[in-house]
Amino acid sequence: MIKSQAFRILFVLLVFQTMLYAQSEGMVSIKGSRYLPLYGRDSTVVAVKDFEMDVYPVTNSQFEDFVKKYPKWQKSNVISLFADKGYLVNWKSDTELKDSEKPNSPVTYVSWFAAKDYCECQGKRLPTIDEWEYVAMADKTTKDARSKPEYNAEILAWYEAPRTNENTIGLHPENFWGVHDLHGLVWEWTLDFNSVLISGESRKDVDKDNNLFCGSAAVNATDLMNYAAFMRYAIRGSLKAKYSMKNLGFRCVKDIPNEF
Amino acid sequence: MKHLKIIFSVLIMTIAFTACNSKTSKNTSEALAVYQCPMQCEGAKTYSESGSCPICKMDLKPVAKASKVLETNEISEASIFNLTSKWNTEEGEVIQLKDLKGKTLVMVMIYTSCKAACPRLVADMRNIEAKIPKENLKDLNFVLISIDPETDTPERLKAFAIENLMDDEQWTFLQGTESGVREFANVLAMKYKQISPIDFSHSNIISVFNTKGELIHQQEGLGVDNKDTVDTILELTQ
Repeated sequence: MIKSQAFRILFVLLVFQTMLYAQSEGMVSIKGSRYLPLYGRDSTVVAVKDFEMDVYPVTNSQFEDFVKKYPKWQKSNVISLFADKGYLVNWKSDTELKDSEKPNSPVTYVSWFAAKDYCECQGKRLPTIDEWEYVAMADKTTKDARSKPEYNAEILAWYEAPRTNENTIGLHPENFWGVHDLHGLVWEWTLDFNSVLISGESRKDVDKDNNLFCGSAAVNATDLMNYAAFMRYAIRGSLKAKYSMKNLGFRCVKDIPNEF
Repeated sequence: MKHLKIIFSVLIMTIAFTACNSKTSKNTSEALAVYQCPMQCEGAKTYSESGSCPICKMDLKPVAKASKVLETNEISEASIFNLTSKWNTEEGEVIQLKDLKGKTLVMVMIYTSCKAACPRLVADMRNIEAKIPKENLKDLNFVLISIDPETDTPERLKAFAIENLMDDEQWTFLQGTESGVREFANVLAMKYKQISPIDFSHSNIISVFNTKGELIHQQEGLGVDNKDTVDTILELTQ
């Protein structure tokens, strides 16, 4: 009798332990794979390793905690190298949101530098474009829903809705991986957003400018029907790291340490 | 006696705390702001307060503070010396960008296995250097930063420097971390992307910083007329 109880406890402990180690709080595991992104390297598949991703974008109240702990990211302290004048304009003070803003809305008006440091201070990092797009191509039931017409239609309908940044997190259903709000809430910073080399050309109305960009692989989209992804890449291409925008937030990811 | 002790320690604490709060040097620079008509109707005339130009009625614009404050040691907000990333030089030293303080910096991001644009970018750098009088070179540092930190080790950068006759005092090559390089590229608003294991796409930008690490001029494109860049450098090293 005692023996079986001890065994039961041991069993519970074992299960609990694997749960503890398998996932960080508020994150889900993403099983990596190879896939063909809209703008790939040489227009070929890219490999995404296993990683963990935040279930929700970082919220206003989470960012409040962050700036209280790291005063250099409070809006009166942040230096102009790292953020433009719009940084946290919807806050009434260094550590407080305006009353009109919801603590549970995604934090926006943050620069890339601030987002990057936020993630690093939690032992995480920003996702790469390839990682973000990999998770974002899933719908509720499949890992890659890009070929479904309703997947694109739904995302574009979300993109058309105005002022979605004022909504709170979690209103959109989770996708295959258990991640919420990749579409339809706010745009999100990525670690290597400045690897999109289409901005110069698209602004100057020429196909490509060989003098500005070395290598001609800048325009090499693979799926001309994926308008939603086009919009995301175009926005990434137009960003600068110190920009703070009303509808641009972020979430973090974490590498899974190699166990073997 | 006990009371005295408490009073004394409270006093010490107040002093300590007020000392912490007194770092508000930021506002003083605003007080010294200088305004000027954007059309320069009255030439270089400046005003100490904001308002409108008496001639064209346009709003006066604050003048970018001239680099008169060279003597002060403080790093301004816009200075790249605020970055704390670590870099290896081609000589095997570990530095931070602020260790480059005191010289006018001409910076470009390259990678040594680049076959297309990089030799031209490097050539552009050498053309700029060739137009600078010898006596100005001691105040200058031409910095080439690798966007391929995995391949471009200090040894490889050193070999590249020797091969391209860029091994003199005024040339510096830097290898960073992937995150440090990404961050610095973002400071320069430079874009790059690895398109194959040995090749990158990247924008071609040569940037000039003053001795305090503030961005003064950027030249975009390959083989473009470098007169503006050279003029900026000459102005900064006078």
